[in-house]
Amino acid sequence: MKIQQLSLFAENKPGTIIAPCRLLAREGIDIRALSLADTQRFGILRMIVSDCARANRLLQDNGFLVKVTEVLAVEVPDRPGGLAEILAIFEGTSINIEYMYAFPFGNGDKAILIFRFGDPDAAIERLQASGINVLESGAVLKK
Amino acid sequence: MSGYTCWEPAWHRGLPASVLGGMIAPGGVFQTRVGVIKHGMTSIANAVGSIYHPASAPDFVPLPLLRDLQFKRLRDVVERAWERVEWFRSHMRERGLSPDDLRSIDDIGKLPFTAKTDLRDTYPFGLFASPMEEVVRLHASSGTTGKPIVVAYTKADLEVWTSVMVRSFACCGLHHGDVVQNAYGYGLFTGGLGAHYGAEELGATVIPISGGNTDRQIMVMKDFRVTAICCTPSYFLHMIERAGQLGVDIRNLPLRVGVFGAEPWTQSMRKHIEELSSIKAFDIYGLSEIIGPGVGIECHCHDGLHIFEDHFYPEIIDPETGQIRPDGEEGELVLTTLSKRAMPMIRYRTRDITAIIPGPCACGRILRRIRRIGRRSDDMLIIRGVNVFPSQVETALLEVEGTLPHYQIILTRERGLDQMEVQVEVTPQMFSDKIGALEALNEKLVDALDHVLGIRVKVTLVEPQSIQRSEGKAKRVFDRRSS
Repeated sequence: MKIQQLSLFAENKPGTIIAPCRLLAREGIDIRALSLADTQRFGILRMIVSDCARANRLLQDNGFLVKVTEVLAVEVPDRPGGLAEILAIFEGTSINIEYMYAFPFGNGDKAILIFRFGDPDAAIERLQASGINVLESGAVLKK
Repeated sequence: MSGYTCWEPAWHRGLPASVLGGMIAPGGVFQTRVGVIKHGMTSIANAVGSIYHPASAPDFVPLPLLRDLQFKRLRDVVERAWERVEWFRSHMRERGLSPDDLRSIDDIGKLPFTAKTDLRDTYPFGLFASPMEEVVRLHASSGTTGKPIVVAYTKADLEVWTSVMVRSFACCGLHHGDVVQNAYGYGLFTGGLGAHYGAEELGATVIPISGGNTDRQIMVMKDFRVTAICCTPSYFLHMIERAGQLGVDIRNLPLRVGVFGAEPWTQSMRKHIEELSSIKAFDIYGLSEIIGPGVGIECHCHDGLHIFEDHFYPEIIDPETGQIRPDGEEGELVLTTLSKRAMPMIRYRTRDITAIIPGPCACGRILRRIRRIGRRSDDMLIIRGVNVFPSQVETALLEVEGTLPHYQIILTRERGLDQMEVQVEVTPQMFSDKIGALEALNEKLVDALDHVLGIRVKVTLVEPQSIQRSEGKAKRVFDRRSS
């Protein structure tokens, strides 16, 4: 139900994110989705990769600061209102979205939303109660 | 910084009447006016028509008399310390010395040094040479370990302090009639009260505004028709900037003199200040261990700082070997308080790197000059007038994280203002993938540093291994304030 995401600390300066990406490329690890959160001084590169455990080890061994975090993946139809419908589920609850990002999926008619919730278990319960499909890791990594 | 003129009886007796009464200055150098009076403003003092202030008489005492006076005072102060300060006596004995070994002023080189650590080790009162009933004031300055350095003054010490501050202000061309805004901090720091009593004794109108509240500083400067300001040079630059934002152009105010000290600054900063404010900027030097501000001051020639060496005897030494270096050569400034009673400092190592400028000054003062202080030989940093030790930064980082992350300190100067940045390597324990959590950590570090250092600094979180590791002693500080 929960899928693993790699978060990598990056200083906000030219050239910082190419090194980890090269490393993953060399090892044949695919970046399925990513998002870069930035502030004026630093950034966090969040990635869903094809082999999280190996990527984590690899990056750590090479001196990068990484952390594995659990996020939820939700499939939505890629059309106007798709995201709003999902967000409406949490409207009026105390479940907080820490951050989220999205990427297209399937034949381009669907999208996957990646969420980090303050309380992931409550979020899963709520999503399932609303008949929303919370994806397993295999489904997310499938192309 | 502050001073007022008091002449001890011995001083009187040693001088010819012409020096005490006549205020004869050699070479007619006083033709030049020191202060520039702006906007046709006339102060009472300047209406007198002379830039020479009677309080400056001791600055012009003939050299043989000065050396004789210095020797007599040195012998007295060494005897006093020998009799009353156990620490000093044991250090003298270790070297097989007694006060009788002083035969001329040059014998000062035989005496043991005093270091800042000695003040810390004898904290709080171990170096006092006067009983508490004769001590009328205590000041303190920050140290590396959280314990401050305590300094004491008898009534006579305060009079000397005031006298050198009066001479300092007189040297900057100030008189009664000037309105002095004293923006040095009042309190344990010697700057505030030192400058206060000196300016008051000079006969100037003193505004004891202390530091901070910049908007009010500017209002007072404008409304009270202030003619002189005392503060750190970086704070004055901040005032200029803020004044601009408030629509006040300091160039159009009566302000004509700035007495700036408590931190090292540069010639280019002076130029910058003078251009932006149309004042004359004077560098004042002092340290609480010796007396506070008023150890030395620039004259209108702005070519080094005259040391009031009738009270504070200067030497330049090799900081490694302790050997005395000849005039003109750079080294560590060592000062001996020739007339201090409550807390004599014999050959105190200031850690300030400078040189004694050979030859006479065009102003005619006999007092020797030192080059303006550019750097220090220990790891103490002076940021916007505040003493900062790298070890304090470590304390703060430890407080937040429990373990010490790799860090480095970068000092820069932006538009004349010191900027301190602490770069901290993020550790796995500190790392969160939530931006808010990292920003909160950043803020927590800033707060902890503020708590320990007393100033807000910039904290930058950097990647692991991005700070260069050193093989020997870690180089933690990168001072890029060269301009």
